[in-house]
Amino acid sequence: MLCAAMRLFLLKRFATLLATLACTSAVVFLVLEILPGNAAQTLLGPDAAPEAVAALAAQLGLNQSAWQRYLHWIGGLLTGDLGESYAYGAPVLGLLLERLALTVPLALLAMLLATAMALCAGVYAASRHHRLGDVGVMGLAQIGIAIPNFWFAILLILLFSVKLQWFAAGGFPGWSEDAGGGLWPALHALALPALSLAVVQAAILARITRSAVLEVLREDFVRTARAKGLSRRATLWGHVLRNAMVPVVTVMGLQFANLLTGTIVVENVFYLPGLGRLIFQSIANRDLIVVRNCVMLLAAMVVAVNFVVDLLYAAIDPRVQPADV
Amino acid sequence: MLEVSDLHIHLPTRRGMAEAVRGVDFTLARGGTLGLIGESGCGKSLTALALMGLLPEGARATGSIRFEGQELLGQSDRALQRLRGNRIAMVFQEPMTALNPVHPIGHQVAEPLRLHRSLGAAEALRAAVALLDRVGIPDAARRARDYPHQFSGGQRQRITIAMALACGPDLLVADEPTTALDATVQRQILRLIQELVAERGMALLLISHDLGVIAQNVGRMLVMYGGSVVESGPTAEVFSAMRHPYTRGLFAARPRLGQPLGPGQRLPTIAGTVPELADLPAGCPFAGRCAWTQQRCHTERPEATVLHDGHEVRCLRPEAMA
Amino acid sequence: MSDALRQARRHPAFVLGALLTLALLGAAALSYLWTPGSPFEMDLEAKLLPPGARHWLGTDAYGRDVASLLLVGARSSILAGVIAVGIGLTAGTALGLLAAARRGWVEEGVMRLADFTFAFPAILSAIMLTAVFGPGLGNAIVAIGVFNIPTFARVTRASANAVWAREYVLAARACGKSRWQITWEHVLPNILGVLIVQATIQFALAILAEAALSYLGLGTQPPQPSWGRMLAEAQTLMFQAPLLAVWPGAAIALAVLGLNLLGDGLRDLLDPRLTRAR
Repeated sequence: MLCAAMRLFLLKRFATLLATLACTSAVVFLVLEILPGNAAQTLLGPDAAPEAVAALAAQLGLNQSAWQRYLHWIGGLLTGDLGESYAYGAPVLGLLLERLALTVPLALLAMLLATAMALCAGVYAASRHHRLGDVGVMGLAQIGIAIPNFWFAILLILLFSVKLQWFAAGGFPGWSEDAGGGLWPALHALALPALSLAVVQAAILARITRSAVLEVLREDFVRTARAKGLSRRATLWGHVLRNAMVPVVTVMGLQFANLLTGTIVVENVFYLPGLGRLIFQSIANRDLIVVRNCVMLLAAMVVAVNFVVDLLYAAIDPRVQPADV
Repeated sequence: MLEVSDLHIHLPTRRGMAEAVRGVDFTLARGGTLGLIGESGCGKSLTALALMGLLPEGARATGSIRFEGQELLGQSDRALQRLRGNRIAMVFQEPMTALNPVHPIGHQVAEPLRLHRSLGAAEALRAAVALLDRVGIPDAARRARDYPHQFSGGQRQRITIAMALACGPDLLVADEPTTALDATVQRQILRLIQELVAERGMALLLISHDLGVIAQNVGRMLVMYGGSVVESGPTAEVFSAMRHPYTRGLFAARPRLGQPLGPGQRLPTIAGTVPELADLPAGCPFAGRCAWTQQRCHTERPEATVLHDGHEVRCLRPEAMA
Repeated sequence: MSDALRQARRHPAFVLGALLTLALLGAAALSYLWTPGSPFEMDLEAKLLPPGARHWLGTDAYGRDVASLLLVGARSSILAGVIAVGIGLTAGTALGLLAAARRGWVEEGVMRLADFTFAFPAILSAIMLTAVFGPGLGNAIVAIGVFNIPTFARVTRASANAVWAREYVLAARACGKSRWQITWEHVLPNILGVLIVQATIQFALAILAEAALSYLGLGTQPPQPSWGRMLAEAQTLMFQAPLLAVWPGAAIALAVLGLNLLGDGLRDLLDPRLTRAR
């Protein structure tokens, strides 16, 4: 089904993906492994006995060359063996997966909320162009962009936890019911965090949606659609939106990186045991192995999302030839 | 079937509201063909858009447009939606941008059928393929899945015609349907429209700035200038006995094959340019540019003078052209 | 002057943005001369006071005057913005100009590098740096600044390419001017507008990033006041003194809003060809 040009395009894109991941890992390794110097020394402190330091160094494989350690790490990444966390004494992979089970749903929930809010707001604003509705929505969007997500999170807590007591001020009960969690309690706990992340994203996306919709409304085929007897609403949703999605999706992809870093901050506000908090706790514990793998994971997620956005771009707009992208 | 009386359209411009269409009257019988000719900015496209209720934002139309006895001006948008694409259909000038690039053409041609005839998707698509075949798209069944960018300009115009005909409208409005196409393709498209109009007994309102197009395709014609109809009548009659100075000027300005200009000769033109909407004279719109202008032409709006046989002219000095 | 005023009245958002930005700069400048109370002195007798006559916005957990803390906190934000944008502007613009001037694989290389750096958003880079070098405003600013470079490089390259395609540049090349001369004399002056607008936007983003990092404890360190850290401290006292969480966040939001409005307004003013359909 896929023509030759499409296959070549996918191949090229995939190759770029791999190259970017490789470079990313190199940078992460360089910064977090080479720069700090002797990790064993740092972990045990300046007063530790030299034999203890040497023993730990051997255990951590620090007596191998930098190249060897790098390749060892990459090999581990591919096979799933990410080493052991010094602070937790547990395999890093397990830790990461556990934390991902919170961070990924949080990010997805936030993106979903943001997209829904932004599309509605953006389309509404475009349909009320030059009128109060447009100005109002865009004003709100400007404010939304300016608000720091962690401040909004705190305000939400002030309102919904302190004042109204509808939500807890933090914490996460877990997805499984035996640990006192479950689907609904977990979603309940993620509601405020997702909302605080979503608002800023929604504000940015709403502006893009609005200007994209306004651009498309000027096109001739919109007039054709109206001439066929379609109502304004039917034209907007059936003809305009699909065309307007292209710039919107592009921005959504670019914004995902911001969303992920936003989760780092927001997880700290709500004391959620996700990837973000893990990074922090590990920095405090000087557990650089965990930090290294966490950062790599986050960076890899961003790169992967950008890759997917590139593909989506070609899927949404049939005019885009594989050679163009 | 279609009666337009005293149609005035005001447009918002940078200098306030300006009158773009000033008292246009005409009728169109079932199955009749009418041409509207004039240069850019004379109001012909606006008149057509007013029929569909698709005037630009801020425009105001007054007067009367009666379609099959029903008054169209002032109707709610919802009521007009039932007519658009259904009883009155329109084909526009720019085929390259008239179709939505992200939907297959079969889907777009079938849309009026899904909307107005409540056909299911599959049924509507079958009907769409039949239409595409009729307008001359080869291999219609397979190509219905293709996207607009995969077709040439002429083919896209055929597709928009198919789209317009889908629900069997009583009136087809074609606004400069061939202006953006190559000369050879123009003839094909016009011939197609002719065939379809005859076949289905539709009425046709054909708008153009090209005298040749009007001459060959419509039974009656209106000449517009500065928002008013300056001359109207059966095509043959107007061509053989044109009375308005503007019509004469238009006719004279046509470059003719086989009659090359001698050295030092120039194509005759109409002196001056079309004034901005807000600057049109209060009287006859052609006052000032007309070689026979008198003082009163600037202030008095000419009434229609009936010449004979349905041939009318709006001029204060029709005898000057006799 | 009256012409400028007339322009200003037609762009209310721009005026608001300019005023807010001036207020931000003014607050920081003022803090060097005078503050209503003392942001550094602790007075445990007077802790967690609500807004009143002596302390207009109340006091924090250590009895420090909140209004003064806000004024001095503006300094960190502005410092972060200026240096981070400075780094991005100089290095990024240089790279972008280079890419546009030389085209070919240089351009490819620079753009690939820029794309790659997007995998490391400011906060992530700051985390990495502080994991290695320890927390501090300096590390935070460097991280934010480094992340600004690809943004400026991209914007510069896009605008510069447009200028290179213009006819007067072709004419200059036909005269034998070198690429460096053309870049300096023609390209740079024409993209200044775009750069200024981008700079205000990045300034706003830098303030947000510095606040987030300080909130996390990775940015400005005590005793230097910072709006982000004030929020972190206020969060622990949400039940006792909820208002404490409002002021610093509002300050951040207003500063960022002002800069964004200023940037948008500048963009509209500097490019008169843009219709008002924004």
